[in-house]
Amino acid sequence: MNTLLHAENITKEYTNHRALSNVSMHVPEQSIFGLLGPNGAGKTTLIRIINQIIGPDRGKVFLDNERLKPKHVRQIGYLPEERGLYKKMKLGEQAIYLAQLKGLKAGDAKIMLKKWFEKFDLMPWWNKKVEELSKGMAQKVQFIITVLHKPRLLIFDEPFSGFDPINVNLLKEEILKLRDDGATIIFSTHNMGSVEELCDHIALINKSEKILEGTVSRIKKDHARRIYETELINLQKPLDNILDQRFRVVKTKTHDGLLNARIKIIDDSSTNELIQLLLPEAGLVSFKEITPSMNDIFIKQVTGKFPAEQNANSNNNPSDIVSVQ
Amino acid sequence: MSKTATIIKREFLSRIRKKSFLVMTILGPILMAAIIIIPVVVAQLSDSDYAVAIVDESNFFYDRFQDTESTTFTPVNVSIDDAIDLMHDGRFDAVLHIPDVAFESPSTLRLFSDKSINFNVKLLIENILKHEFESLKLKAAGIDAEILSAIETPINIQAFRIKNDGELITDYPEISMGLGFVAGFLIYIFIFLFGSQVLRGVLEEKTSRIVEIIVSSVKPFQLMMGKVIGVGMVGLTQFLIWVVLTFTIVSIFTLAAPDLFRFTPDDQVYVSSTQILNAEEMRQQQEVIQQHDSFAGQLIEGLGAVNYPVMILSFIFYFLGGYLLYAGFFAAIGSAVDNEADTQQFMMPVTIPLLLSIIMVNMVVQNPTGPVAFWMSIIPLTSPVIMMVRIPFGVPYAEIALSAALLILGFIATIWLSGRIYRTGILMYGKKVSYGELWKWIRHP
Repeated sequence: MNTLLHAENITKEYTNHRALSNVSMHVPEQSIFGLLGPNGAGKTTLIRIINQIIGPDRGKVFLDNERLKPKHVRQIGYLPEERGLYKKMKLGEQAIYLAQLKGLKAGDAKIMLKKWFEKFDLMPWWNKKVEELSKGMAQKVQFIITVLHKPRLLIFDEPFSGFDPINVNLLKEEILKLRDDGATIIFSTHNMGSVEELCDHIALINKSEKILEGTVSRIKKDHARRIYETELINLQKPLDNILDQRFRVVKTKTHDGLLNARIKIIDDSSTNELIQLLLPEAGLVSFKEITPSMNDIFIKQVTGKFPAEQNANSNNNPSDIVSVQ
Repeated sequence: MSKTATIIKREFLSRIRKKSFLVMTILGPILMAAIIIIPVVVAQLSDSDYAVAIVDESNFFYDRFQDTESTTFTPVNVSIDDAIDLMHDGRFDAVLHIPDVAFESPSTLRLFSDKSINFNVKLLIENILKHEFESLKLKAAGIDAEILSAIETPINIQAFRIKNDGELITDYPEISMGLGFVAGFLIYIFIFLFGSQVLRGVLEEKTSRIVEIIVSSVKPFQLMMGKVIGVGMVGLTQFLIWVVLTFTIVSIFTLAAPDLFRFTPDDQVYVSSTQILNAEEMRQQQEVIQQHDSFAGQLIEGLGAVNYPVMILSFIFYFLGGYLLYAGFFAAIGSAVDNEADTQQFMMPVTIPLLLSIIMVNMVVQNPTGPVAFWMSIIPLTSPVIMMVRIPFGVPYAEIALSAALLILGFIATIWLSGRIYRTGILMYGKKVSYGELWKWIRHP
């Protein structure tokens, strides 16, 4: 896949601390790229450098193999995490103004805006001042302003904060559609659920350094811990008596006569060998690998160890997390 | 349209459309016209039909008071208490009490009134009594009053300013002072008014967090300059509307009530000083001089002599120059803080030169060519106010050129400095900024 955005050895220092040290990153074209990291890791600094709001001390950024220049502003759309609008200005007028600053002509901007406003049910608010809008409505307008000029690269910083679940879904659909239409999306968030759901690639930044980058599936594979979940019925003797020292039972749970067990393969034995031990002693209802969630991987990478076992898979369902927000 | 132009347009239109702008624009000229017209009207009206009762217990002076156009004197043969009662009844506006010991001790003279006493009337009475007292004393000393009158020479110097080409122009120092005061204060008020609009605008963008969206499209410097220029244009527009409206209102008033603006030097009759003056003539002369000196007469005469194009052009230059010099600072302050309360610590050093200018205005009008006036009108931080105070008195072109050049260099420097603070400041949140920090922002590439 073609690389749309390429950051090379970016270093940025502030007077009292180093925000980025030697960060390189490849964002493939037409991907949704998750930019992850704990608070204060340097994500916002990197995003600001890509947006040419600030310059790096060292390093280069390329967009489509061309050194980043002021003219590229037109090709980038940015939705900051902390975002606002002029409270006293009318919505439509304000949207046209911000589109003009991106380089659109007022007339064109108006036509395009009206389409988006229809789609998001915002038309009745066109002549209203922003202070009369709810927070969710203002967020929708900001999203529209970000994507209006059809940028090749979209940067969303925590785009779902402040949205109700219905609008989160609306937004997700729009983001996926933008990707399908050819846009490349950098997506910065703490919400690992939406990362698993949306992102193809991720980069993880911690303490100003990039510590992980790759496709989501590859990273998950790399972090596989060889833990398998199996449901057994009619168990003849205790599980510990069935298994030998190559295997360890991590967790068991019984309900409706089924034993639900998680078993870790400690050495490099195959799953076949595990199943062969189980089959004579019980009825095998299901067997599957437990892949670590992005949440676990994030915590593992940042803190050095996986979260406690009982929490390991509590975040398995991404949509649950989103609706909690 | 360039992006900076788009920003200027928004900053300009959003302010022009506000109700407060409309109110200020209409009220401003009405107030200014009122400042010009009301004193003229009041000076005229208050002089009319002022009735003074004279209780002369010495019997020397009661027949010496001649009525004037605006003042009537009535000797009353009653006690002072009764005369005051008559005044309370509304028969008189004031009562002059001349006790019988007045000649020996003039400090016993009293003038009573229900209201505050008309200054011109008091002056008139004092002049008449002074003349009469002197005549009596001269007579007592055996000197002929008429000889003395012949010696006395009324002096009313006409001031001229000689221009480089030798042309004489009549000088009106009082008018220059007045205009200097007004122009200096206006510059001061305009800089503060529109400078703080810049500050609030920057702060609004920062606290509403729209700034990060905007600076992803335009350079922070473009955003800052767009705001500074847009607000400056609002100020200029307001000033020009004020000038036009004030002139219109004053001219309409002049046409509608020409009587009020009747005095011109030609109308005045000076009694030749070579003639021997009797008391009556003295009094007339006094009155004429008084009228000439009166606020209204001077105002009309002097205002007619003002070089308005020079005043207005230099006002526009020093307003814009001074505004640009300070607007950068105001923008930088707005960018460095998180809320209006925190602006105070940084406002101090910015307001000190402006306040100093205003404090020194009085000294400058007293001595408009002195060293204080000269230096303060050359140094860019104080020159907008002080130079405007000096200009009505006439300033050599070389000094204006030097002051103007330094002001231009000055605002380029402050805008540059402010731009460096601004671009860092607008993205900083939740941190109390110190001067040391600001200095780091300026130095950091």
